[in-house]
Amino acid sequence: MQLKFSVEDGCLIVEMHGELDHHSAEGARIKIDNKIEELGINKLIFDFAGVNFMDSSGIGVIIGRYKKLKDYDGKVAVVNLKPQIKKIFELSGLFKILSEFESTKEALLNL
Amino acid sequence: MFKNEMKLEFPSKSVNESFARVVVAAFASQLDPTLEELSDVKTAVSEAVTNAIIHGYEDAEGIVTLRCKIEDNKLTIEVEDNGKGIENVELARQPLYTSRPELERSGMGFTVMETFMDSVEVYSELGKGTKVIMTKTFKSA
Ligand SMILES: Nc1ncnc2c1ncn2[C@@H]1O[C@H](COP(=O)(O)OP(=O)(O)O)[C@@H](O)[C@H]1O
Ligand SMILES: [Mg+2]
Repeated sequence: MQLKFSVEDGCLIVEMHGELDHHSAEGARIKIDNKIEELGINKLIFDFAGVNFMDSSGIGVIIGRYKKLKDYDGKVAVVNLKPQIKKIFELSGLFKILSEFESTKEALLNL
Repeated sequence: MFKNEMKLEFPSKSVNESFARVVVAAFASQLDPTLEELSDVKTAVSEAVTNAIIHGYEDAEGIVTLRCKIEDNKLTIEVEDNGKGIENVELARQPLYTSRPELERSGMGFTVMETFMDSVEVYSELGKGTKVIMTKTFKSA
């Protein structure tokens, strides 16, 4: 899984590319956590446009980052979920703790 | 009745999770599945194989056996490990239950399998291993 980081309006945007499963989860988790600490940021947008597969290991990655940012009064949003991935989000009740937006732009306006 | 089957054995390395789901997707493609059906099957296989690797063998190395069978438009998938086994299958299948929260597991693996497949059966014996049998009938075939 490839990650591309950018910062806009004090918000970390993580563009993910590839498949988010147990094999790729650990690397992704470490890279994102390092970036959060390096920048001291408490708002995070996951851009799923490049993610063509995710299983329940991905849920662990999202919830883990949510918990980390919650300690700093932070927020997490997701954009560009494919239908299959959205199903897994719904199943696990992830939308109770974070919001989905149409685009990164809209997420930035609402976070 | 049209019948076909395959069997695959591989070591419990996490890199084989994507290998296993691609193999099953390729095998299932002879049923002319929709993209959604294919992606349901891949997700369920990924869950069962990941469980064999992280829970069954707990990162020690063992062999995961994957068997697939097609009978007309019904696909049966078996994922088996000879690992530690599950003490309480009913509890393990509960949504959000995980024995390894320290690994950031969500406890949603069995729920995902149940949602994406038509049936999921779990046979497990402590100290011997676990076998998960899932079926899905393809509408398009
Ligand atoms: N193959 C297996 N061998 C041993 N234990 C397993 C196996 N599969 C599942 N389990 C047990 O069932 C629990 C729930 O599995 P699952 O729903 O996939 O959640 P998770 O993998 O996130 O823990 C696991 O935490 C583990 O205790
Ligand atoms: Mg699991």
